[in-house]
Amino acid sequence: MLTALLIMAGIAVVLGAALGYASIRFKVEGDPLVEKIDAILPQTQCGQCGYPGCKPYAQAVANGEADINQCPPGGEEGIRKLADLLGREFKPLSEEHGVEKPKSVAFIDEQTCIGCTLCIQACPVDAIVGAAKQMHTVVEPLCTGCELCVAPCPVDCITMEPVAETVETWKWKYPVVEIRKAS
Amino acid sequence: MSVRLFSFHGGVKTDGHKHESCGTPIRSAPLPGRLVVPLRQSARAASECLVVAGQKVFKGERIGAPVGVLGTAVHAPTSGTVVAIGDHLMPHPSGLSTLAVEIEPDGEERWIEHAPFDWQQSSRAEALAHLRDCGLVGLGGATFPSHVKLGTGSGIHTLILNGAECEPWITCDDRLMRERAADILVGARILRHLIGAERLLIGIEDNKPEAIAAMRSACAALPGAEVVVIPAVYPAGGEKQLIRTLTGIEIPYGRLGGEFGVQCFNVGTAHAVYRAMEHGEPLISRIVTLTGNVDQPGNFEVLIGTPVEDLLALAGPRRADTDRIIMGGPMMGFALPDLHVPVVKASNCLISASQKLFPSAPPEQACIRCGSCARACPAELQPFEMYWHARAKNFGKAQEYHLFDCIECGCCSYVCPSHIPLVDYFRFAKSEIWARERDKNAADQARERFEFRNWRQEREKEEKAAKLAAKAAETRAKLAEGGEASDSPAAAAAEDPKKALVAAALARAKAQKAAVAPKNTEGLSSEKQAEIDEIERRRRELGLDAPPSAADDAPQKTEARDA
Ligand code: SF4
Ligand code: SF4
Ligand code: SF4
Ligand code: SF4
Repeated sequence: MLTALLIMAGIAVVLGAALGYASIRFKVEGDPLVEKIDAILPQTQCGQCGYPGCKPYAQAVANGEADINQCPPGGEEGIRKLADLLGREFKPLSEEHGVEKPKSVAFIDEQTCIGCTLCIQACPVDAIVGAAKQMHTVVEPLCTGCELCVAPCPVDCITMEPVAETVETWKWKYPVVEIRKAS
Repeated sequence: MSVRLFSFHGGVKTDGHKHESCGTPIRSAPLPGRLVVPLRQSARAASECLVVAGQKVFKGERIGAPVGVLGTAVHAPTSGTVVAIGDHLMPHPSGLSTLAVEIEPDGEERWIEHAPFDWQQSSRAEALAHLRDCGLVGLGGATFPSHVKLGTGSGIHTLILNGAECEPWITCDDRLMRERAADILVGARILRHLIGAERLLIGIEDNKPEAIAAMRSACAALPGAEVVVIPAVYPAGGEKQLIRTLTGIEIPYGRLGGEFGVQCFNVGTAHAVYRAMEHGEPLISRIVTLTGNVDQPGNFEVLIGTPVEDLLALAGPRRADTDRIIMGGPMMGFALPDLHVPVVKASNCLISASQKLFPSAPPEQACIRCGSCARACPAELQPFEMYWHARAKNFGKAQEYHLFDCIECGCCSYVCPSHIPLVDYFRFAKSEIWARERDKNAADQARERFEFRNWRQEREKEEKAAKLAAKAAETRAKLAEGGEASDSPAAAAAEDPKKALVAAALARAKAQKAAVAPKNTEGLSSEKQAEIDEIERRRRELGLDAPPSAADDAPQKTEARDA
């Protein structure tokens, strides 16, 4: 009996190791076009394009199954870049897939959170920390703003808050008309 | 020994407007009623708050610890009480706020214990750390941390002290050189020692004869040092331009002076280094020029954190036609979003502007490709090309034209007959490119984390399958051995290993439930307990599985508490 157990445990370890190795060994051997498209996509991993993540959408675009205007977080600029890359005409964002919004991050109301872990399971980039029946919280710099955690929350304690501009991230505005004064 | 001068490309001759403010000696600005010291002195680096509201601080006490490679310390400019720590408007074109420490001075100016630093006997690393802890940054306006600029201590043969002060209206360096030449020279000697250079050149524009004379006489005693008079052409004080003028070295696009054996420090910085080393005093004040549309222009020694509003009052009452206050010079400065902002280490000048002195530029017209901007550009760029691409938001192309070599000097805008605010387009393009860079880094990180999560989920699935198989085999083996567990529910499901496992797990869970009580729920305050009860109630309402303690003994507990 002990032998059976050891053999099985051994198999489990070997399988795990093989899988780990395979994921590293074969990860980058993708289609170069898919990689190029994926590099343009914003990696929000929100699924609004109709595919489970940016990479699958990139694959679909490369195969000609999906159009280039299905990614709302990428917005107009993303579509332009895709159009450039693929030598296609620019077209506006397809409405059925959503609208371009300012970048937001998720906030969990820690008083209301019941620790159900449903949001953790939904988050595509592991940006939520917490354990069963413990309060959960979002690691802000990691959150892509995909909103996937909002719907699963049974007590509706997750809200999306637009990211505030700081002195570091502030950008000079597009010059409108004048402004400049010389001496 | 005399230095042969070289000339740099382009530049503009502007009306210097130096005489307004350079005639009177530096005066000490009185202690304001309140000081607001931003923990972030530049957009580049913040510091970590070391004080709490209500705390008493001494003059020169550290209130912010350096964070990151480009961080430097921040100090209390006077003794008093920290009254608040919170967001405060920053003197920055964005008009945004940043964390600041508000200090109410007690008027006693009690210093924290400090002592001169023996820079000759200490190691280089110790000296640089001392400068960082004294909050030393470049006082020419860019506030780049001095300890970083001092580099590795090798490869620099010439140290240039920048006393050009080429921007119109500003005279703080002029006054400093006239009045404190000897101190500046001591600072320069320390900088030269730390950077490992032999030669020391001090570049001063020919419109400051008094400063030249003062620096020359102070220089006489220092071997290897020389004051060089350079023609007053804006921007002669730009780093690359000054290096070119004094040494003839032409620094290519995308490179820095340090790579060619030359490094520049502002005279104000040298003075601050002198204070930090010879007196052990951190950087808590600077010279600020008040000029423009005011009655009594002049230079003031101002504590960092002094509200601009208080400072402006020293130059006389605000005139009715003053329509904005410019921080920095008219070429590179910006209009302050609000007068409550404090003076920071970068604030070299405050100009009261009126339409008479600084008329608004007429509206932008189309570029006629006259090439004036390219002839004026001291960085030898083609502004009209960069403008074309920046305007079309074609940032990659703008970068190909060396956008990042633009020093934002404003010469191109100054000469453009079409009144195009060229620099504004370049600043816009630069910040867009930086933002894209940040977005790209964030996207790369998200991609990695997403891929890792997918891989982990895949692995977990496989592991679960393997474990299940192992367990099933074990159970089967157990049953085959003798079936001593015949009275357990597992026996009923003996034929189906999966069911057996489930049953076993159930039994185990039950045993565990009985044995383990959560450890963090003892000795709770009644408030906390009420909060927990409320959460449990909501859980039950939603039909989620309630934790053992609540499900099994919540009623008794409530009773116990009620009793
Ligand atoms: S819609 Fe969302 S998942 Fe799809 S490509 Fe865009 S960011 Fe990625
Ligand atoms: S925390 Fe929510 S919004 Fe942010 S990445 Fe995770 S699932 Fe998306
Ligand atoms: S100076 Fe003005 S009009 Fe002339 S080429 Fe440059 S941008 Fe165009
Ligand atoms: S602002 Fe930039 S482009 Fe214009 S003249 Fe100065 S360095 Fe050249």
